[in-house]
Amino acid sequence: MSVALLEIRNLEVRFAMRHVTLVALRDVSFAINRGERLGIVGESGAGKSVAAFSILNLISKPGYISAGEILFEGRDLTKLGPQEMRKIRGNRISMIFQDPMMTLNPVLTVGTQLTECLHAHRELSEPEAREIAMERLAQVHIPSPEARFDQYPHELSGGMRQRIVIATALLTNPWLIIADEPTTALDVTIQAEIMDLLLELCESQNVALILITHDLGVVSQVTERAIVMYAGRVVEEAPTREIVRAAKHPYTQGLIGALPQQTESRRRLKQIRGVMPALTEIPPGCAFHPRCPYVLDVCRVQLPGYSIKNGARVACHMVAAQMQTEAKESES
Amino acid sequence: MLAFLIRRLVQAALVMFVISIIAFSIQDNLGDPLRELLGQSVSEKQRQILRDKMGLNDPFLIQYGRFLKKAIHGDLGTSYFFKRPAVDVILDKLPATLELVFGASLIIIVFSVPIGVFAAIYPKHWFSKFSMGASIVGISIPVFLTAILSIYVFSVEFGWLPSFGRGETVDFFGWRTGFLTRDGLVHLILPCIALSSIMLPLFIRLIRSEMMEVLESEYVKFAWAKGLQPRRIWFLHALKNTLLPVITVGGVQIGTLIAFTILTETVFQWPGMGFLFLEAVNRVDTPLIIAYLIVVGLIFVITNTIVDLIYGLVNPTVRLTRPQE
Ligand SMILES: Nc1ncnc2c1ncn2[C@@H]1O[C@H](COP(=O)(O)OP(=O)(O)OP(=O)(O)O)[C@@H](O)[C@H]1O
Ligand SMILES: [Mg+2]
Repeated sequence: MSVALLEIRNLEVRFAMRHVTLVALRDVSFAINRGERLGIVGESGAGKSVAAFSILNLISKPGYISAGEILFEGRDLTKLGPQEMRKIRGNRISMIFQDPMMTLNPVLTVGTQLTECLHAHRELSEPEAREIAMERLAQVHIPSPEARFDQYPHELSGGMRQRIVIATALLTNPWLIIADEPTTALDVTIQAEIMDLLLELCESQNVALILITHDLGVVSQVTERAIVMYAGRVVEEAPTREIVRAAKHPYTQGLIGALPQQTESRRRLKQIRGVMPALTEIPPGCAFHPRCPYVLDVCRVQLPGYSIKNGARVACHMVAAQMQTEAKESES
Repeated sequence: MLAFLIRRLVQAALVMFVISIIAFSIQDNLGDPLRELLGQSVSEKQRQILRDKMGLNDPFLIQYGRFLKKAIHGDLGTSYFFKRPAVDVILDKLPATLELVFGASLIIIVFSVPIGVFAAIYPKHWFSKFSMGASIVGISIPVFLTAILSIYVFSVEFGWLPSFGRGETVDFFGWRTGFLTRDGLVHLILPCIALSSIMLPLFIRLIRSEMMEVLESEYVKFAWAKGLQPRRIWFLHALKNTLLPVITVGGVQIGTLIAFTILTETVFQWPGMGFLFLEAVNRVDTPLIIAYLIVVGLIFVITNTIVDLIYGLVNPTVRLTRPQE
């Protein structure tokens, strides 16, 4: 068995607020192999971004990693010093943020923002850096890269900016790209275009991709495996095909139900009732139980463990009970 | 660039026009110039004749037209007290005031930027907390108190620094400067500190809060995610964006600083325009008062134009050049 490119083990992230310490991620574990594409889905507030940023130790202020390991190439990133961590960021692991309008610095030229990333990680002359940057701009299908090079972000369209961000992420030939909702802020008409570009580049360069989104449709098109998060926990993990076709966790089923089904003649949107709890109001037991249509008594008091089967895992009491009876039946 | 300049110049001309109207209107409401000119013994009839001759009985608009025509040629009347052209009297004192403002601005820039930036990067450091506390105190102490206290401590008690006048000045291409002699520089210290004491805390706080906001922005986060050196992130990515709003505020505040020179110059007996202005007010020397207002207005407009130009150069989203497609 090969060692995973990135393996997160029992990660716990807390926010030290003024009076209380809130737990944003609890016991989060997942892994991604070289060249693999993993989706992270869940509603707003599930902890997807916190999980992504904690990998590069970039959680925003009062947040910190309170337990767990993040093994990248066998090294624990949580134990690295600032300079060692800096050499991983943008070099081995790149990030793509949600809103390209906000991601690029408004007062620096596109060229500066591209080449500085190369200079930070390689000993290169300015012309060499410029040449690599041009190459990448061409790769992300930016017309007339020379002209773009000296322009400022505000002179470019949203789609163009996100292409530049993607080019930045690819500059140093990273092994992993973490894309946090890379198309949400874009015009609907170009979302698919950008997603296709990202997919194409990851495939052709064998870069692993962690794709964060609340759009299960996108996840099923792009990724091979997906994890579903709810209230700071992974509630289900399975091959994407399985998740879309036969989700086990009631929450995932709810998410799928909320997807507009193209095949159905009458599009039906089944929303999960209620909303994701705030960090201060996470209920005891299974965090999803107040919204769950199948809630059992045990769900209100006991945190469900993972039921593992065929490389998939689910944290749900009901599913665990079903699996048990299935196992008994096959025995007899 | 040219279009931007022309637009700015038109704006500046408009502002100056408004200032000239205000200045001119003051003339009507500030005592009777004849009293200063003639004394008490002249009869009412003679006064009326003189009034007619001087055009003081003409309608407002005609008087203003005459005033504007002369003003454009640099003639703002003759000071009643000095019996010299008011503009000349003011311009003689201009270097003293400008050097005071320049020195104070220098102190503000040199201290506020590093302290504000440091306090934003390390908000929990004892020095940041100290600076923030001190700046609150600084804001709430009035200038004249700072001035008098500093005179008491550094001049009276310790005798380290002079507290009176400009000291030795030299002529530098027609500009009397105190920056080129040791004595002149020493005399600048206390007045400059006193004058800067109002704005310095304000700027430290402004720069700190702007910088903290910028440090939280997505593009700074992205810069970290790119693995850049902290130095580059702080002093290029963040500082450049921090200074944009600070430059705008700074331009306006330089004008305010000139207003505060009146107070500072009085306390330190500084022979500048502000000191002269107060004397002119006491003597109801109307041409001098008007000349002061117009010269100060001009300085205000010029600094604001320069600040706008700098802003345009730093901020690429402001188009200095022709819009390009
Ligand atoms: N800086 C912070 N301080 C306090 N709480 C935070 C901070 N950042 C995130 N949180 C909390 O952590 C939880 C997870 O947030 P996160 O941003 O990871 O959600 P998300 O799944 O990415 O949602 P979205 O789809 O809206 O991006 C939320 O409850 C949020 O309120
Ligand atoms: Mg998010």
